[in-house]
Amino acid sequence: MPEITYREALNQALAEEMERDDSVFIVGEEVAQYQGAYKVTQGLLQKFGPERVIDAPISESGFTGLGVGAAMVGLRPIVEVMTFNFSLVAFDQIINNAAKMRHMSGGQLKVPMVIRGPNGSAHQLAATHSQSLESFYSHVPGLKVVMPGTPKDAKGLLKSAIRDDNPVIFMESEVIYGMKGEVPEGEYTIPIGKTDVKRQGKDVTIVAYARMLGVALNAAEILAKDGIQAEIVDPMTIRPLDDEPILESVKKTNRCVVITEAWPFAGVGSEIAFRVSSKAFDYLDAPVELVSSEDVPMPYSKTLEHNVLPTPEKIVNAAMRVLYNSKDPGKSED
Amino acid sequence: MSDYAVETNMSKGSFGEEYLSLGRNKLVEMFRTMVLIRRFEEMAAKMYSMQKIGGFLHLYIGQEAVAVGSVAAIRDDDYMITAYRDHGHAIARGTDPKLLMAELFGKYTGTSKGKGGSMHFFDASRNMLGGHAIVGGQIPLGTGIAFKIKYRREDKVCLTYMGDAAVNQGTFHESLNLAALWKLPVVYIVENNLYGMGTAVDRASAVTELYKRGCSYGIEGMVADGMNVFSVYDAIKEAAKKARELSLPTLLEIRTYRFRGHSMSDPDSIYRTKQEVEEEKQRDPIEQMKKFLLEEKIATQKEIDDIDAEVKKVVAEAVEFAENSSEPPLESMYDDIYVS
Ligand SMILES: Cc1ncc(C[n+]2csc(CCOP(=O)(O)OP(=O)(O)O)c2C)c(N)n1
Ligand SMILES: [Mg+2]
Repeated sequence: MPEITYREALNQALAEEMERDDSVFIVGEEVAQYQGAYKVTQGLLQKFGPERVIDAPISESGFTGLGVGAAMVGLRPIVEVMTFNFSLVAFDQIINNAAKMRHMSGGQLKVPMVIRGPNGSAHQLAATHSQSLESFYSHVPGLKVVMPGTPKDAKGLLKSAIRDDNPVIFMESEVIYGMKGEVPEGEYTIPIGKTDVKRQGKDVTIVAYARMLGVALNAAEILAKDGIQAEIVDPMTIRPLDDEPILESVKKTNRCVVITEAWPFAGVGSEIAFRVSSKAFDYLDAPVELVSSEDVPMPYSKTLEHNVLPTPEKIVNAAMRVLYNSKDPGKSED
Repeated sequence: MSDYAVETNMSKGSFGEEYLSLGRNKLVEMFRTMVLIRRFEEMAAKMYSMQKIGGFLHLYIGQEAVAVGSVAAIRDDDYMITAYRDHGHAIARGTDPKLLMAELFGKYTGTSKGKGGSMHFFDASRNMLGGHAIVGGQIPLGTGIAFKIKYRREDKVCLTYMGDAAVNQGTFHESLNLAALWKLPVVYIVENNLYGMGTAVDRASAVTELYKRGCSYGIEGMVADGMNVFSVYDAIKEAAKKARELSLPTLLEIRTYRFRGHSMSDPDSIYRTKQEVEEEKQRDPIEQMKKFLLEEKIATQKEIDDIDAEVKKVVAEAVEFAENSSEPPLESMYDDIYVS
């Protein structure tokens, strides 16, 4: 299988789906002439022309709402937000219009659209530009939320998202746009709403998604040196959450650590931890641990930023705690 | 439309003798501040390439006359608020370059204790209420500041700066309507540098004469030449007077140009030619001001050289201060989230 970057994988998915269906178009800031702020849409203007690859003014509420309207009457818009932080300007259009249209019309209308772009922190972009917003969108019935962590998943899931008849929030990550990985040649899709086991292990289950998948895999390597075999489970889709494979894994390992780049309070991490605690209670040998970002706005300082985010070390420590193997026993009480 | 869209002083703000009445000290100080902004940012760019500074760094180089001319035309207790391209505004307002450089370095001695970085310069003690990184986000805030001025019957004005691309956000339109409806003492300043990132104004705005957008709200629109510090000064004087005396808002478009890319990582050759940039550099606001000072014999070449040397020293000291300052302590990440 060829190795390509996460960015190229997304680009291929966009090109293939636009080729396949002329109702698919892309709108967003700097997507056309500039070739994408993060180059995900590179070459698409040249391939599909300015009627289908459209540069928008900085009017997120306007062009996202335009996407919802176009979708209501049969087009399949892909709205690129330069980053998900800016989707907050369009929050009303997404939550009140895109998510509710099917329901409010009693099933008469559908909104087949994708809202995609990078989510989470990059490097020292400070409080307004470093947010992991998946918990906000995952809260809302009517939306699907997809967060791939590898090039292969990114391509297969984006193709499914574009073909899906519902509004899909598709969250990428600037930090892993350059990550390389094997991607099957030729046509394939990966279904939305399917959890995947990324690494087999018998000692502890680590649930991680999106950019945190790589961080968790690094932690698993460190744990392996201590003879601990972590199983890494990647939901890939946050909503609808396929929790069965997570529960299956926990039934085998009896221990679970959940990783999220989002804030800890009322988040995706706590939802997953809750499901494991309630549905696999009898199998757990330790309370579920959550490794999230610290409960603070992201500071600009490099040192502070590094310490706010989950790291392999923090994940290793959490795994040690659920294994009652802590080198820092005081920590297991918190 | 013509009731409100006043084609104003693009020409009025010449470099004519009438500006001698500002006095030598003020004229030299305006020049020095522009040079300080320029040298501060050249150093910031260098420090960025040495990875002393991270994140996004948006340089103001080429636009210095806008911040300097506007701040020179208001009073110390007036308010100002801007977007993320904010170095010039903070320096023009008088914030110590040491504290600003320390903020860029992410140090604990910085204006925001290393939490804000380049896009979030704040100096509440000087009524400079930020650097704001969401395009259009600061426009309602400036409107609210003006609301307070009126509510408390203060003799003040709020300068609310934004880029040309921000006028396409809903916040711009909602704010202008509120300010006109409630007669608020605010000056909306659009720093039109012709591009929002890689998108030229005519690819983003249906009406490219941005000052005309005041019409829909009954707000007077004005234009000024952002490469001429006096054109900016005059326009702000007039708008601020109207705000103070009549409590009326103004929409002021200032035509300017950024000589550098959008941020440090922007390959600007995608959307503009080298030739265009070179042509604009012929209108360098600092060079024009220098020529005026020399021709009117307000300063000698030696005095100009001394200013440059003095400013370079200030910038070098700022870097030294930033270097020697300590990192924020880890516990400080929990500080300043709530008022305790
Ligand atoms: C709501 C929002 N959308 C997109 C961005 C990304 N972005 C930052 S600056 C910028 C261009 C703004 O241009 P302009 O307003 O003309 O200001 P200039 O950079 O020219 O000073 C864009 C698209 C953002 N920060 N906020
Ligand atoms: Mg601009």
